[in-house]
Amino acid sequence: MSRPAFYQTGTFAVGNRLLDPEQASVQADPERSNAITKGHRACQGCGEALGARTALDAALRATDGRVIAANATGCLEVFSTPYPETSWRLPWLHSLFANAPAVATGVAAALRAKGRTDIRVVGQGGDGGTVDIGMACLSGMFERGDDVLYICYDNEAYMNTGVQRSGATPPAARTATTEPLGGHPGNAFGQGKDMPLIAMAHEIPYVATATVAELRDLEAKVQRAMELRGPRYLHVLVPCPLGWGSATGETIKIARLAKESGLFPVFEARDGNVSEVSTIRRQVPVEEYLRPQKRFAHLFAGEGRPDVIASLQARADRNIARFGLLGDGPARPDLLGVLADSERGAP
Amino acid sequence: MRSQLEGSQAVAKAVACCRPEVICAYPITPQTHIVEALSRMVASGELAPCEYVNVESEFAAMSVAIGASATGARAYTATASQGLLYMAEALFNASGLGLPIVMTVANRAIGAPINIWNDHSDSMALRDCGWIQLYAADNQEAADMHVLAYRLAEQVSLPVMVCMDGFVLTHASEPLEVPEQEQVDALLPPFTPRQVLDPADPITIGAMVGPEAFTEVRYLAHAKQMEALDAIPVLSRELQEALGRESGGLLGAHRCEDAETIVITLGSVFGTLADVVDELREQDLAVGALSLKSFRPFPLAELRAVLGQARRVIVLERAFAVGIGGIVSADVRAALTGLPVELHTVVAGLGGRPMTRRSLRALLADALAGELEELRFLDLRHDLVEAELERSRHGERPGPHAEGILRDLGIVAGGPV
Repeated sequence: MSRPAFYQTGTFAVGNRLLDPEQASVQADPERSNAITKGHRACQGCGEALGARTALDAALRATDGRVIAANATGCLEVFSTPYPETSWRLPWLHSLFANAPAVATGVAAALRAKGRTDIRVVGQGGDGGTVDIGMACLSGMFERGDDVLYICYDNEAYMNTGVQRSGATPPAARTATTEPLGGHPGNAFGQGKDMPLIAMAHEIPYVATATVAELRDLEAKVQRAMELRGPRYLHVLVPCPLGWGSATGETIKIARLAKESGLFPVFEARDGNVSEVSTIRRQVPVEEYLRPQKRFAHLFAGEGRPDVIASLQARADRNIARFGLLGDGPARPDLLGVLADSERGAP
Repeated sequence: MRSQLEGSQAVAKAVACCRPEVICAYPITPQTHIVEALSRMVASGELAPCEYVNVESEFAAMSVAIGASATGARAYTATASQGLLYMAEALFNASGLGLPIVMTVANRAIGAPINIWNDHSDSMALRDCGWIQLYAADNQEAADMHVLAYRLAEQVSLPVMVCMDGFVLTHASEPLEVPEQEQVDALLPPFTPRQVLDPADPITIGAMVGPEAFTEVRYLAHAKQMEALDAIPVLSRELQEALGRESGGLLGAHRCEDAETIVITLGSVFGTLADVVDELREQDLAVGALSLKSFRPFPLAELRAVLGQARRVIVLERAFAVGIGGIVSADVRAALTGLPVELHTVVAGLGGRPMTRRSLRALLADALAGELEELRFLDLRHDLVEAELERSRHGERPGPHAEGILRDLGIVAGGPV
């Protein structure tokens, strides 16, 4: 499939008019499937609602409407299905917080037993349900080679329970359980839990990251994922205005800054090797990404914390080096090569 | 066909005859022989179509079964002990969603101290998870109960646990009759789910329910178990007619009609107990034994009918509620409300301690002499417990209880401390 140029030169706008009709956005189609219909109770500016609708609409289009979704407990589940209402226009099952990948495996196994492999399975959850409590089930699903696309909508904390820290919360972020008090910078600096890299280590057919700033890219990745069989993992950065303390109108912009600063690398990997990197188009210092978010406000209050900001910049620089985000991708596409490339190409 | 079979092999064959479409397996002793046998049947094509999923935990096993059942597949798994506890959250979910999954529980103790031998601490800990719980007294019953379990589960839309004593039944070889495929096919029609995930008719399963309807939804689970209470005798009769042998049912009574003292129990100790009853009947003592085959739903009225004429009821339990005593006893007491019946709880056979005829004979002798306490731990070594308590009172760091007791028994080198 030829890759459309998603932007007109010099702007960040997404234009369908430059594309062939068959390449037009799912969302631009008046007949689109509308996986999550109107009336749900997501907050204004919710990145997850946008990400999930875009991803599942694309999955429905790729499969001629034959998708079953297994959902982890979390915001997406709660805002979409207060009984007796539901926003889902596809068969959808919520079981528990930690088991969405295993439930998806069960659905796929049942379909195989019934000879209905034309019906495809999507598992989905937030970052808590994916990288923390659900990780064992996810890893098991990867390892067995089950035919499931799992999508993590990452808003970097437990938003549904009131913004507590998760394994995907970035260093220095303020959450309800990582308050920047007594000189603490907010969430501690650790090595992090990088689920896309962990997924790559399973050498599954397809791993990709995306953000809601580039919905065409997200759609294209879902489309590619649905063309493959076996376990596939998609990690989508979805800003949360409530938890991040950002303006509800800036969700897209902040998602874009996460990518353009290098803090959130956007890439694809096949069978454990990076196959495609979405390069930074106009690099910005991390400060530009951090400033509009109240969860980082303590880094700018009073005399500020230039030391912490410098550490965050170093993390962005490491990502840029690892994935070759300013060039054409990593020097070595395999996971160990990516991890070894921390120094290369740092600005 | 009558053949000499290990309990686990018989159960595996009976389960296979039920044509499960998805089997999830995670190893834990002593249920492993069952899923190993099923794995061979799937691999050889003997059991098809069937997907056999080797999962990474019991929590995943139940979760895979949930996904499969919600997609309209007949699902099966087996577990025991810690594994049952590890899937606890998913057990409540499966019953709450009304998914007719069938699972064998090869009953085993719960740690700490870790112990692989048989008692009922595992399934009793999950007695309130909304699953129907059936207890098999022997391997014939264990095999047949799985056919009953699928029929019942799919009729009332609830999951069913078939509990069989670990090792005592799972690893015991005895002559028995495995249900034939044609017999099971006649008893068990293909699974027609009440709700199913289908792109042609999309529904939402597992939505959030608030205070306005939660009570009613939960009550429905109770109402369905009450339906099961009516269905079990009916289905058991069908099963008996088809198989030509006594199987299933709510209760199994042995010489209870005119018994003044009745011992109730669950599981395989019923056989030993019935032997002791026979011995005592030789001495003209009016005793009887009762097997509680369905613990959830609990057959209150049926129990009352059997026990109402007795003077004394002893509940022989293979688990207990720390801090109070009997678990099953509390429910039996409810069945006896207002009746002038003495009730005793006897906790026995924990972690595989044998319940011998000699112990049961002594127990009944005490009961008949009016010397049985309200709560007794059968064959408990009070001296060992006292010595350990004494050490705990005086030592600054007395160390692990188990070690102290094993030293006193001379099992740990170094002798008594």
